[in-house]
Parts: sequence; C-alpha cells; structure tokens
Amino acid sequence: MKKTEPNIVFSRPITLREAENHYCAGCGHGIVHRLVCETVDEFNIREKVIAVAPVGCAVLAYDYWDFDVAEAAHGRTPAVATGIKRVRPGNIVFTYQGDGDLAAIGTAEIIHAANRGENITVIFVNNGVYGMTGGQMAPTTLAGQKTSTTQYGRSLRREGYPIKILEMLAVLPGTRYLERTSVHSAHEVLRTKRAIKKAFQMQIEGKGFSMVEVLSMCPTYWGMSPIQAADRIKNEVSTFYPIGVIKSC
Amino acid sequence: MCGNEACGEGAMIAGCAFYAGYPITPQNELTAYMAKRMHETGGVFIQAESELAAINMVFGAACAGVRAMTSSSSPGISLKQEGISYLAGCELPCVIVNMQRGGPGLGNIAPSQGDYFQAVKGGGHGDYRTLVLAPASAQEFLEYTILAFDLADKYRNPAMILGDGLLGQMMEPIQMPAVRDQKQVTEKPWALTGCKGREPNVIRSLILAEGGLEEHNKKLQEKFKLITQAEVRYETVHTKDSSVILVAYGSVARIAKSAMEMARAKGIKTGLIRPITLWPFPEKVIGGACEITKKFLVVEMSAGQMVEDVRLAVNGRAQVEFYGRMGGGIPTEYEILQQIEALAAK
Repeated sequence: MKKTEPNIVFSRPITLREAENHYCAGCGHGIVHRLVCETVDEFNIREKVIAVAPVGCAVLAYDYWDFDVAEAAHGRTPAVATGIKRVRPGNIVFTYQGDGDLAAIGTAEIIHAANRGENITVIFVNNGVYGMTGGQMAPTTLAGQKTSTTQYGRSLRREGYPIKILEMLAVLPGTRYLERTSVHSAHEVLRTKRAIKKAFQMQIEGKGFSMVEVLSMCPTYWGMSPIQAADRIKNEVSTFYPIGVIKSC
Repeated sequence: MCGNEACGEGAMIAGCAFYAGYPITPQNELTAYMAKRMHETGGVFIQAESELAAINMVFGAACAGVRAMTSSSSPGISLKQEGISYLAGCELPCVIVNMQRGGPGLGNIAPSQGDYFQAVKGGGHGDYRTLVLAPASAQEFLEYTILAFDLADKYRNPAMILGDGLLGQMMEPIQMPAVRDQKQVTEKPWALTGCKGREPNVIRSLILAEGGLEEHNKKLQEKFKLITQAEVRYETVHTKDSSVILVAYGSVARIAKSAMEMARAKGIKTGLIRPITLWPFPEKVIGGACEITKKFLVVEMSAGQMVEDVRLAVNGRAQVEFYGRMGGGIPTEYEILQQIEALAAK
C-alpha cells in the first residue's frame, strides 16, 4: 500500500524557536518575528544570518531566533550592524528595532548607517510607544495620543510632531529600498512578509541599505483590546503613516 | 614617528582589521594613520558619525571576531563609556586609545593625566575593569598596543592605552619588531560568524533570570582577579637603596626620571617606580618598597588621582606626598627636584 505523506499546510518556521514568549496579548512583535524567520528559512540563510537586537520590547529576540544574535546598546543597533557587516560582508546582517531605539536615541546611528549605504536590512517596528518601560511617548506617538508621559494627549506645541523616519531617509542617496507596512490584518501581514523578503533580497544582491517599517499594535499601552488596536492602525495610524513603498531603486 | 602613529603601526602589527574613530585633538594623527594603513591592507576604516557610533562599530566588529580598535581623547572617551561597559559586560576584546587632554569639560588640547580614575576604576556603569597600559615613549606605544590586543583577546576584555597629548604628538625613532605570525591570534569560537556547523551564538549583557547576573558578575570578578595576579607590569629604577621613591607613569615618569638623576647628583638617594599597567596596579611592588623607604612622592598631571592607589598600596606604612599640575601644565624636573629636596629634609 502506498504511504501517504501528511499534508502540512502551516508550521512553525525552522528558525523560530519553540519558546514561551514574553509579548503581551495582541502585540505585533510575535508576527514580525515569525515573518523574519520565514524569510530566513525561505532564503536558506540561517547559517549566514547575524541579527542585532535592540533595547526595548524586542530585546529578548535572541530567545526566539535560532541563529546568531548580538544585543546592542539602546539605539546603537545600526552602528553594531555596521561593524559586523563590514568585517563579514558575506554574512546577512539585519537589525530589529523599535521606535524608541531607532527614532529617538538612535536617530544619528540610523541616519548615518543609511547614508553610508550600509548593505544591511533594518526591520523597524513602529507601535508609537515605549512598551518595555511602561508606555511612554515615542517620537512616533500620534498627536493627541495619551501615554504615561503625555497624560492629556501628545501636544504638538509641547512635544512636537510625530516623526516619519522612512520619508526622512528617502532623501538620502544611500537608501535603496524603503517600505512601510502593517500587521493589523492578514492581508497586511502578507504584504509585510513580501516587503521583508524584498529587503533581504536587496542585501543578498549587495544593493545596499534596505528597511521595512512595520506599523504594529500595542494594545497594552494603547489601552485597547487587540481587535480595537488593529482597527486603530487601519483607521488612524496608517492615515498618518501611509502604507506602501516609500522608495525603491 | 609620533606616538599616535607608533600606536597605529602597533595595531597593524597586532593584526587589527577594524578601526572606527571620530576627529578630536590631540589624537588625529592616529585616525589619519589608520585610514591610510587600513586602505593599504584591505582592513576596515570608518570615520563614524559620533564617538558613540565608533565604539559601537568596534563592538560589532569584536562580535564578529576580528581585532578592532578605536581611539579618542578625553571628552570623546567619556562618550564611549557606555560602549566600554557593554563590551566588558559582553566580554568582548578590543583596544581603546585615550590620548588624554586637559579637562574637565572641553578643557583644552594640552597633555593631561586627568582621566586616570575613569580609565582604571571602570569608567562606565556597572562592576567592571579595563586593562590599562601606560606607555612612556613612541617605542612603547608601538609595543604596548600590540600587547593590549593580545591581553584583550586572552581575557576577552577591553584594553585601554592611556597616553597623553605630549606622547601622542612627540616624534621619536622607532625600532620595528619582527613581523608576527597572524595565525597565533586567538581562536574565537564565541564570535558571531553565522551558525554554520554549530549552535547559534548570542552576545548580550542582559541577564534577567534570577541570580544569573550575580553569577555572571562573579565570573567577571574571577577573571579580573586572574588579571591582577598575572598581568602587573612596572619599571623600577634605584629602588633598592633610596630614601625617596618617586611614583609616576607615562610622560611624567620620564620627567621624574630626570629629576631623580638630579637629586642623586645632589646626594639624595632617589628612586622611581613607574607603573606600566595602571590596572592591574603594581600595588605589591609599591607596598614592598615600604621596606626600603618611608617617603614616596607621586607626580601626576592631575589633581592627584593615581596617588590614591599608591596610598592604598602603602596602607599607612610610609609618608605619601603628591605633586601635580593640571589643565595642560607639565611638571618640570626642577619643580619635582624641589619637591624631592623638601621631602628628603622632612
């Protein structure tokens, strides 16, 4: 009798460890972690990948990823990635950063790594708050948004404007591929996957700096249910931070 | 060669493959030298956007397993302290050069030894130590830079070369050492190279599990203890018969040596202890010298920093006097001679 193979349609990526995760219910990090691991699996680059984890909610990424990882000081992530990639150009080096890490304390590092055209990939998870430290205002926090440090809502006069990092980076000749996506729906998750894959592809082909900004939910510090948080991205966050390819060349 | 260039050539001989730096006087000759030499040898040179980026690029290169270096001067070294703490916490080897200038703040660009505390007591946050070597000539700059790379790799710890603007700028003849076999460079199975044929490596300093960080700290302290037992280096001159012993390091030790000769010509038996490693500090040789003399004179280009370690080593067994100049002032041999005469007469 012919042996029938089980028809597996969905499984955990090989490079995503079977570990209890520390993320809150409805958080987007778990999805983005998975998409990165699927990408690593599909390109079959596990043995070449060196990731640089940030300070923030994703600091423990090395507990979930089954490949080499360095943990950088807060915001210095692109500088650490630069050091690694320059001495090991044959490896695939990516950073995984939140909005506090990338858009506040590490602004200089991201701009200059991008401007040098470092052949690295940046996964930038933008959820508009500092999650790890208790939901403080981030540079990306929307106008009027309440956080632990903007208790009456972010005032543009007092706290300034939310920063659109990708649009800033787009003017730099060193950047080759910049796309903003979201993980608030299955459709957007698939788009995010395609963007991450494209960003890694750029690096594999040696084309230079690639970055995907992923709009992500933080139900805990948005004070919402996971469903409400996903709706907020669709109705509010993505109207300020437009989803789509910002630059590709 | 000036001290800065000698330091750079030492790094090249040691097999340094990565340099990141940021412009600051009085160490710019070193950055320029590395830019030239890295280009010639296929190494990596990056002029970073900041001191923070430079030390973190070194962190990355050290993670990836190559010999990496950065250099700066006092205000820039302050900015690097965060990175140095992370390097120490992650047990990453690298070499950091500080050509000290006058402080505090922006200070000036004249020679100083005002960063001694910062260099030998840790500098950044947390319980850690940095190996600190203090050359006193261009020749020693070259040799101790090579040694610093070897010690950094041996102990998986950052090592610092503590010079000053005077030593960095001064031109002196150099005798080149024999070319080294780079195969002798330490194996680094912990490095991030891609996990081909092995389990993934993780380099981190965050240890949240209960008791984990205490264990890690104990391990670091064990290592530091080992370093203090094995790596103390110093020079002694006329310490067997002296009634006054000078203690000085770096460029000041050379001036102190002249003052010592002048004092001896006047019949005052004077000796010199020159710490070469500032951490680990040669406390045993200084403590042992209390059997010979009851009078120490510490000379520094600071308000008195190393003198505290000398007093700890002496531990009340002898009189320890201090003479220092600050803010770019350099002690002359005559000034030191006066101090020796005054101390001898007490």
